[in-house]
Formats: sequence, C-alpha cells, structure tokens
Amino acid sequence: MDLDLTEEQLAFAAEARAWLAENVPATPLPSMDTEAGFAAHREWEAKLAAGGWSVVSWPEEYGGRGAGLIEWVLFEEEYYRAGAPTRVAQNGISLLAPILFGHGTDAQRERFLRDMTDGTLIWAQAWSEPGAGSDLASIRSTAKRDDERGGWILNGQKTWSSRAPWADRGFGLFRSDPEAQRHRGLTYFLFPMDAEGLTVRPITQLDGTTGFAELFFDDVFVADEDVLGAPGDGWRVAMSTAGNERGLSLRSPGRFCAATDRLIDLWQKNQDQDPFAQDAVVDAWIKSEAYRLYTWGTVSTLQEGGDIGAEGSVNKVFWSELDIAIHQTGLDLLGPAAELRSASAEAGGRWVDDYIFALGGPIYAGTNEIQRNIIAERILGLPRGGDGRKAS
Amino acid sequence: MKFVISEEQRALAEAIDQVIESLGGTAVARAASEGDAAPARALWEQLAELGLLGLCIDEADGGMGGTPVDLIVAFERLGYHAAPGPYLESAALLPDLVDPALRESLADGSAIATAAIPGFVPYALDAQLCSQQFIVTADSITPAEAGEGQESIDAARTLHELTPAGPAAALDPEAVALAIDRATLGSAAMLLGAGERLLEEAVAYAKLREQFGRVIGEYQGLKHQLANVRVALTFARPLLKGAALDLGTPSGERSMSAAKVAASDAAILAARTALQVHGAIGYTQEHDLSLWLTRVHALASAWGTTRYHRSRIAASILTPAAILSPAS
Repeated sequence: MDLDLTEEQLAFAAEARAWLAENVPATPLPSMDTEAGFAAHREWEAKLAAGGWSVVSWPEEYGGRGAGLIEWVLFEEEYYRAGAPTRVAQNGISLLAPILFGHGTDAQRERFLRDMTDGTLIWAQAWSEPGAGSDLASIRSTAKRDDERGGWILNGQKTWSSRAPWADRGFGLFRSDPEAQRHRGLTYFLFPMDAEGLTVRPITQLDGTTGFAELFFDDVFVADEDVLGAPGDGWRVAMSTAGNERGLSLRSPGRFCAATDRLIDLWQKNQDQDPFAQDAVVDAWIKSEAYRLYTWGTVSTLQEGGDIGAEGSVNKVFWSELDIAIHQTGLDLLGPAAELRSASAEAGGRWVDDYIFALGGPIYAGTNEIQRNIIAERILGLPRGGDGRKAS
Repeated sequence: MKFVISEEQRALAEAIDQVIESLGGTAVARAASEGDAAPARALWEQLAELGLLGLCIDEADGGMGGTPVDLIVAFERLGYHAAPGPYLESAALLPDLVDPALRESLADGSAIATAAIPGFVPYALDAQLCSQQFIVTADSITPAEAGEGQESIDAARTLHELTPAGPAAALDPEAVALAIDRATLGSAAMLLGAGERLLEEAVAYAKLREQFGRVIGEYQGLKHQLANVRVALTFARPLLKGAALDLGTPSGERSMSAAKVAASDAAILAARTALQVHGAIGYTQEHDLSLWLTRVHALASAWGTTRYHRSRIAASILTPAAILSPAS
C-alpha cells in the first residue's frame, strides 16, 4: 500500500536493510537469558551502536539519529525482517530512557543515556513485588531518608525483575512515605545491581533460562543523584513508562509481520492440507496486517498531536494474543515434532522457544485482565468497582 | 498520511447521521421490518439529495466523485443506523456496470436498482423498492424480473430470486471484479458500523441495568467481554481503511477480503456480546437491538462468506491454495 513515504524515508529504510543484511549474525545468538547469550547480546548492542542503529529516534547528542516516528517504525520492520537479535538493552532504551528524557536531570542524562546505547549499561526493571503484581500500587518495599549521607536506604523485595541476573543497574519504585497510601508517597530509584546489601537470586523461567530474578534489598544506600523525578512523585513518573511499555514502543508491527512470514514459510514447507490449519495461517496474516495498519494509523495520530492514552491497552491485548496465535499455529503445523525443541527450529523460527516467550505476553506489562479493565473503564466509560478493587 | 479521516469525511458522516435521525433513526428500519416501505423511500430520497447515491460516480456523470475512503465513511453510518434498502447495489455495485442514463438516474435517486450475482449474492435485496433489477455475472449484466419476496433473518431485508427479462450486455471482467470489491468493501463498512452501534447499545444498557444492587457494568464478567469487542472493532477498522486505499491495485482483492473477514468476525462478536449483556430483553423483536443482531448475520453471509474471503487470501499468500466457490 502507498503510505506516502518520502524519498528520504525510503532511503533510510534501504540503508537500514543493507546494514542489517551485512551485520546480523548468520547463526542466531544463544538466548540472552543465559550468561553466554547475555554477553553475546551485549556485544551486538555495541555493534548496532557503532553502525548508528541502536537508538535511531534519539537526539544525535546521545547517539541517535534524531529520526521521526515513521523512520522508527520503518527501522523496526527492517530489524525484525532481518531476524536480528532481541534487544538486551530494551529495559533501558524503551522503558527508562523516555522517562530520563522527560523527568531526569541533565546530570542523569549525561551519566546514563549514552552508555545504554552501546551495551555498556544494561538495565533491569524492578516493578513487581511478591504482594504487588497487577495491583502495583500496593508496593511495600521502603525507602528511608538518610540526611547524613544525602540519600535513601532501600529495604524489601522485588521479583520478576527482567534481565536482573546480569544487568548493571536497576530501576523501580519504593515507598518513601510510610504514611501515604497506594499511589502516593512512592519514589523512583535508579540503583547499581552490585550495591552493598542487594542480593540477586535468579529465577528459572518456563523455558529453562534465567530471564528474571528476585531482588532482596537489605539497607541498600542510594544517593540523591539516583532519584528520578521528585521524591514522592514516583507513581506519576513510572506510569509514563508503563504507557510506553504497553503502547507503541515495546511491540513494533515488524515482530508480528516477520513471525507471520516465517509461519507462511513453514506452511509452504509442510503443505498441511488441513483447511483449519490454512485458516489459522490466514488469520495470522490478517491480524498482522491489522496490527501493521493500526500502527501506521497511530503514527499518523501522534504526528497530528494526538496521544495514545488508554488505547495502549487495546493494543496490548491484541498483540499479546496475536503473538500466541501465530506461534501456536506454527506448533500445530509442525505436528508431533513440535515437542522437540531442536526439531522446532524450522523456517527461520524457533517455534517452541518463541511460543514459550509469547506465553508471557498476556501477563507482563500489566496482565490482559488489567488491560481489559482499563478498556472498559477509560474507553467504554463503565463504572469502577464491583470486584473489590479499591479506588485509585 | 492517509490514515486520518479528513474534515470533509467527518462532515459527510455527520450529514448522514442528521438525515437518518431526522426521520426517526431506527424507526426507518423498524417500519421496513413491519412491511412499511414509505420511510425507507423517504430516506432514500434524502440521502440522494445529500449525494450519497452518487458517491462512487464521477462528477462528470452527475456524481460526487468520492474515493473508496469516502465510501467506507458513509456506509459505516448506514450500518450504524441499520438503514434499510439496496444501497450497496445501487451506489457501489451497479454504477460502473450500467448505461450512462441509468447511472445518472441512480446518482440522483430517481432510479433505485438491485442485483443478484449468481453464486455470490444469490438473492437480490429489496426489489419491492426498486425500479430495476439486474443479474450480474463475471462478464455480463442482464435486466431481470424479481420473484416473490422471501424473508431474511433480518426482517428489514426482503430477498428475491431474479429471472432474466432482456438481452445480456457484455462487461469488462475487470470492471465487474472491481465493482464487486467496492460493494464488498461497503458491506464491511456497514458491518463495522453495526458492530460499533451494538457495542454502544450494550455499554449504555450495562450502565443502567441494576442487579444485586449495582449496575451490571461494574462486573468484570461483562467488562471483559465488552473490552474484547472494543479490541476486535478497533483492529478491524484499519483493515477497512487499508482496503479502501488498495482498491483497484494488485493487492486490492486480498485487502478487501481481509477487511470483510475482520469486520464480519468483529460484528458477530459484538452481536453475541450485546445480546448477552441485554439478556432476555435483547431476545425480543420489540427491542431495537434485534435490528443490528440480525443485520450483522445477513451482511456476514452476503458479499462473500468469511470462508470464501479467507480462501481468497490463502490463494494470494500461500501456494498452492484454491479459492473456494464464493457461496461456500
């Protein structure tokens, strides 16, 4: 379809495609959630940065190209089509950086942004706690003021902290005002993962790798310079990340279009004559197209000054279910061999691993049940309550 | 970018809403379903004055010279109000297939025409409103006589078998294919409009109806079903827009099919959910919900079933894959 792309935009996409064709490793890297894989992915980040492709939409002074949204979407399409490695730096680049740009101090931007573009600084996120999952505002980990040293003392436990086993720094919310309830009195901290008193216990995930970990804070000191935004204002600051994670930045259409292309290749190889399998492949294609076109529509809206708002929740429910449907169909096409992790590496996909990865989609970044509540209440205008949730 | 609806398109949609609402909104469909065709004729005249019947006709031929995006904007409103009448046939399918004199009469509303496409749209809609009927095949058009009206699942639609009543005229197969795709796109837009209305009705009811001392819209059991409808409709919409921009290009057919599948599936989900939210009151003919509940099923099976459209996509993206017979 004619998207009204300019010559410059088409040239930009072509340049990205050529660089990726030249540089994407021929053999997929080991999973980034293993020690060796993490290191290999860190090196890939350095290579991307050297080519100028790590953070295309960032300002040039921080290692970006100052590219617009359209260029960003084009780059992501090329990136996934090329089968390039998963971004181990994603927590920092997609979740933290937008907040640093919006709420950080000049000093924080100087200290952190450039280092996170080339794999020097990889971030873990630390949102959830054992008692605070979907109900994130019930956070109980504490931050106590230490005026003498000019900072805060963190105590408590975080969990499902992605990239934590090998990350360099982490970010998360702590309750700095013990009297305040729920969304109030929370502060956003940036802390080194090797801080004294911080214990990292990796958690083995469904696929056998350790993508996330539990964090135990035992009187961990964090200096004032590592507070992001104003003390007590952490919820508001963090929610600008959550919107980002749910919305446009985390899941570019490239990911689903590329997976659907692999699914079509798999169908061609296997020539399954089952009409139901054929319909499932067709539906994956229809929905990937819908997602691609929807994203271009969102780009148009954003460019005309609109915002995504609660639409991000509609988006998240759709892509997370699409991701599972694509990979479930892939496993169906593989038949009995689908159980074998090695045998499932066909048509450019690692169907078992990709399927297990997709299963996390409806859970992380706000479960799909929370997203549906948001859709019902903020988009459809249905009343809150009736289910024991406290008013926010 | 072409993805944002223009001011003119917004104005067109609002003008259509005003015309239909000035005639009582759903009262028009309600009357049609009770056998009174007068309000449907009055609506046709007013929409013709607005230019809707000439939307897809060149300005030189007395039409509006509208784009396919204008078409989906307008037809979404017709679906939203469950407007009765052979709009797809007169305004989207036939204009490019009939002679210039009739084209002009269709544009100004002085002629109303319907059509059957054997194996695809087997029955002609609402011949009782029409001055002309046609049988359209892949490469011809034949004037026809309409048989007795038969009941549709949708009481506001009457279906007719056609028999040839004149000489066939040859048509360019590409022109026929394009005209059918245009009408199919219009049907997808009507489905989307009906789906949006069903969601709106269900949400409004869920905010009013109380059980166990609270409005039923507070319960997550309903909230999540309604949210799923919002998701399905939101992601059907860009496919319609994409198909409108693709109409007449090499990928036009499969884009059209994707739009029809997504709009049908989303509208049927909206219908099932809206009925469930309304409960027994929705299961009555007396309640307006029945207008869209049944319209959605009529439109989902007309203009190519989802099975047919999925097979058309398969034939485009998978090899080898056979296109099913349209009526399958």
